[in-house]
Amino acid sequence: MKDTLALVQKLNAHPDSRCWYVAWNPNGMLLASCGGDRAIRIWGREGDSWECKTVLQDGHQRTVRKVAWSPCGNYLASASFDATTCIWKKKNDDFECLTVLEGHENEVKCVAWAPSGNLLATCSRDKSVWIWEVDEEDEYECVSVVNAHTQDVKHVVWHPTQELLASCSYDNNVCVYKEEDDDWECRATLEGHTSTVWGLSFDPSGQRLASCSDDRTVKIWKECNTGEGAYAGWKCVCTLSGFHGRTVYDVAWCPLTGALATACGDDGVRVFKEDETADPDQPIFFLSAHVPKAHAQDVNCIAWHPKEAGLLVSCSDNGEIALWNYQSENI
Amino acid sequence: MAGGTRLENANPLIFQRSGERLHTANDEDEDVLDPIDDREIFDILHVQSINDPEHPLSLEELNVVEQMRVRVNDQQNTVGVEFTPTIPHCSMATLIGLSIKVKLLRSLPERFKIDVRITPGTHASEDAVNKQLADKERVAAALENSQLLEVVNQCLTSNARTV
Repeated sequence: MKDTLALVQKLNAHPDSRCWYVAWNPNGMLLASCGGDRAIRIWGREGDSWECKTVLQDGHQRTVRKVAWSPCGNYLASASFDATTCIWKKKNDDFECLTVLEGHENEVKCVAWAPSGNLLATCSRDKSVWIWEVDEEDEYECVSVVNAHTQDVKHVVWHPTQELLASCSYDNNVCVYKEEDDDWECRATLEGHTSTVWGLSFDPSGQRLASCSDDRTVKIWKECNTGEGAYAGWKCVCTLSGFHGRTVYDVAWCPLTGALATACGDDGVRVFKEDETADPDQPIFFLSAHVPKAHAQDVNCIAWHPKEAGLLVSCSDNGEIALWNYQSENI
Repeated sequence: MAGGTRLENANPLIFQRSGERLHTANDEDEDVLDPIDDREIFDILHVQSINDPEHPLSLEELNVVEQMRVRVNDQQNTVGVEFTPTIPHCSMATLIGLSIKVKLLRSLPERFKIDVRITPGTHASEDAVNKQLADKERVAAALENSQLLEVVNQCLTSNARTV
């Protein structure tokens, strides 16, 4: 491997707690993190290093599991084990809690904004996925509750350009949803993983979806088009197995370079690259860079910077955030 | 268990507790690296330290945890424990497994990956219980539930029994 993954900086982000998730804002100037200490921290660049700008502490009564920035960058949503989702509005350098979305019966596991910013999706241990509509007065209304999974739903992610939503679950499946006659419906169920599916990421074009699982594999799914208007669904075109030592908790497809990064319970961070010469229906991925002890404990999340190619962030059970610089001969 | 509640397993088989760990000269020598071994993990889970929620007996006396079912690799930072519910339909299996996991999480250095599973073939819902115990998000959420945490802590109190 000639490609490298070099440590840029480590931050003790959530001391004596777990850092569950990190998310870049759309222009990449800010990074939000959340964790078992019930806090959300906002990080910004000061010269060459990243420093904590704000701590949002009073929003949640329990672990904050995930955070998501709106596409305009003015809002931050946080999903918590306390069964609520908070919407924060950015005011200069500060954030105020605008509204609290209630309705899930128990732990909210994930929240995600649609590319238009008009829709929000949440999912929970109560097995449901909720779609919320946002109007111009910052009012949120639940427009659909979908019960396509038989177990808790771990993650939701929107297609990069279309109003298409994907979710994954403890039931080992991935579901893909579309709106039909004012109602959201599960249009495809992607079966293949043999244990909990923890994370999902669309490729930059939205034609492929990567999923990662407790079965220690990453699967690449490709949309099949029949051209007849009928929704044919997705098929698994590649399985990355034998690379990960424990549960793969997150997967991220770089929107700029197409590199695929994973966060693993074996403490490692890995970057895979695609063999460009392979048949698109039988893609081949190879391990390009690997840091075996990226963190002292499980790596929970991985995210590519939206503007700077190769800048990667990961976070861990020991409360730490790490920034990495991925360099490839071909970038 | 509250008094008067019908027990699932009213007459469990009680097993002999193993003896104290034998100390060697190396144990006294500060210069000798002392890796964490199977017996150490067993001792953490040992004598009175974890109680069956139904019985004021230790998991060792109920044969729920045996030393041969503890596997440690100090260099690779892994600890695996298999436990055997007293009866194949024991509804307490998840709680016992959770208590074992919590005890180890609290006792061992953070570098260890801890896997707690049911001894193969000894429980009707083996796969479901194993999956729940392996899901750290569910375990984390469960331990934020104060009522459940109290039950786990009761299982872990050391003064529940007098010999």
